[in-house]
Amino acid sequence: MISVQNLTKQFNTTIAVHNLSFDVNEGQVFGLIGPDSAGKTTTLRVISTAMRPTSGRVTVGGVDVTRDPGAVNQLIGYMPQRFALYPDLTVVENLNFFADIFGSPRARRGELVARLLGFARLTEFQSRLARNLSGGMQKKLALAATLMHTPRVLLLDEPTTGVDPVSRREFWDLLTDVHLQGVTIVISTPYLDEAERCARIGLLYRGELIACDDPRKLRDEMRAVVFEAQAEQSLRARKLIERSEGVLTVSTHGDLLRVLADRAERAGAIQAAWRASGLAVSDLRAVKPRLEDAFVLMIQKQESK
Amino acid sequence: MNSRLVSIIRKEFIHIIRDPRSLAIMFVIPIIQLILLGYAATTDIRRLNTAVYDADRTIQSRQLIEAYRASDYFAIRYNVGNETEIAELLDRGDVRAGIIIPSGYGDNLAKGKAAQVAFLIDGSDPTVASTAFAASQSVGQAQSIQILQRRLGVDVTQLGGVEIRPRVWYNPELKSASYMIPAVMGMILQFLTTMFTALTIVREREQGTIEQLVVTPIKSWELVVGKVVPYIGVAFFDLAEVLFMGVLLFDVPIRGNVPLLLVLSLLFLLTTLGFGLLISTVARTQQEAMFLSFLVMLPGIFLSGFFFPLEAMPGWLQAVSYVIPLRYMLVILRGIILKGVGLPPLMDQVIALAILGPLIFAAASMRFRKSLE
Repeated sequence: MISVQNLTKQFNTTIAVHNLSFDVNEGQVFGLIGPDSAGKTTTLRVISTAMRPTSGRVTVGGVDVTRDPGAVNQLIGYMPQRFALYPDLTVVENLNFFADIFGSPRARRGELVARLLGFARLTEFQSRLARNLSGGMQKKLALAATLMHTPRVLLLDEPTTGVDPVSRREFWDLLTDVHLQGVTIVISTPYLDEAERCARIGLLYRGELIACDDPRKLRDEMRAVVFEAQAEQSLRARKLIERSEGVLTVSTHGDLLRVLADRAERAGAIQAAWRASGLAVSDLRAVKPRLEDAFVLMIQKQESK
Repeated sequence: MNSRLVSIIRKEFIHIIRDPRSLAIMFVIPIIQLILLGYAATTDIRRLNTAVYDADRTIQSRQLIEAYRASDYFAIRYNVGNETEIAELLDRGDVRAGIIIPSGYGDNLAKGKAAQVAFLIDGSDPTVASTAFAASQSVGQAQSIQILQRRLGVDVTQLGGVEIRPRVWYNPELKSASYMIPAVMGMILQFLTTMFTALTIVREREQGTIEQLVVTPIKSWELVVGKVVPYIGVAFFDLAEVLFMGVLLFDVPIRGNVPLLLVLSLLFLLTTLGFGLLISTVARTQQEAMFLSFLVMLPGIFLSGFFFPLEAMPGWLQAVSYVIPLRYMLVILRGIILKGVGLPPLMDQVIALAILGPLIFAAASMRFRKSLE
């Protein structure tokens, strides 16, 4: 449904996205994952026709985004990261405005608006000014507005950033509804729990795609073992073993240490090091790897290149 | 009709009516400007503060002082005892003119000799000074003719000679307001349309809504026209408002054809809207847009003949003024409102605007892109 080939986008001297290639199949939920300024927004903007690529080729439904942006506009619904509807228009006025712009037929308008208001659970707020909606409601309204012209592809730029957990969950419920109707979804997010809801994810780091696969596969095929241990002086304990042989990364979460090592046999040497320095650290126990662990390793590998 | 265009226009009207601040600027500021400029920017000079040192103290000297007072140009505020006091009053700015009548003035007149009177004028403001200068002379001349008549015992007008009878056309009372108000209308038209066009487009960028708009099938021209049309409406409303208030408060005569005025205004608006559009392609924030609008407007106001007559400017400055649309609009406004002229005498202006307007608008449209970059 979407094909990105060798996409590069340059702003003056900074390269925001470098030589990106990936495909998104029809009906898929594809996640663009990565830290801030990794190039997620730029990638989505190019696919949505809001920006032109510096080089490379991007097609949506077989249509080239630079050759025929008008046709792409009809195919896609794009929801920018920042709330981009009119704060001084009411919920209904905003929806009607975008319906008009997309030329949706007047006859079915009332029904369509009512259905989307119901879908976004905003029916009772329909005459409220958009600026007076809560953050979560604004996101739902923005989603409803992008669905006004029943697009076949949804591009969502960090739609749940800065939204409370309950609204986040509700938003994903709405996305599931949309997905079940066969709409292809590309969503960018900094949250890894959301990444795991996607069928495929692309990991962006400093403008480059460093991995692109099924998130479960990325996690399970990680060549590392993960241990956890409790330590009173977790920072000192971490420092002590960080450079030991076979230790890939160590992270601390309060008094919890999370150690990634290349082989399970490293546990003995690590514990011996702690014991020798007299630090009070509990025994290492092997735990289930998480997607986050896989990402940390991939980014580390990329950095050492 | 094009539904996308209509929906943009409708949305823009909602923005206007829901924003009390811009409503105030649109409908109240023109009135304030009109009142301020109508009253304050007056160059009508009357009743200048004047000091008199009458060293003569005769009937003749008192007659002369009375003649100045009666002329209505001079208000005798001070009668002083020596010349230094007059100098002090002039220094402090308490008076703009001083009359010194030396002793022997009456005597000389009685003997049939020439009598001299010193007339001091504060020249720091040239407009005031030149009026005072002219008035001082004409009053003095009238006075000497009277004296001559009395001495000769004949009516001087019966002796022949040249008699000038000036007749002032269009604005017989030489009221500044009648001259200023048509100009204020031109300035308001320019101010509102340039600034608000720039602001409304920059605001879409600043508040991020442009990002949603650019991914819709809307075309650049629809966006531009849709955003500009409501402000043309506002501009015409203001035009009517200022015209009405001008008649009400300042008795501005409307001698010409109002529909013609509206049609020609539309031609002018093409240039000012074009400027606004051009600014919106450069400015990143609403503040920048506002600042640039002023920057474009200011030289326009000075080089359009708003305050200062263009004819008096050096050649190169006059050359610059040819690219300033307000220059042509002021001639049109003053021509239609004050002189009541029709289209033929305004053809030069109309042609100039008809060239400038599409040129500016085309340049702006070319720079305007429906894109985030």
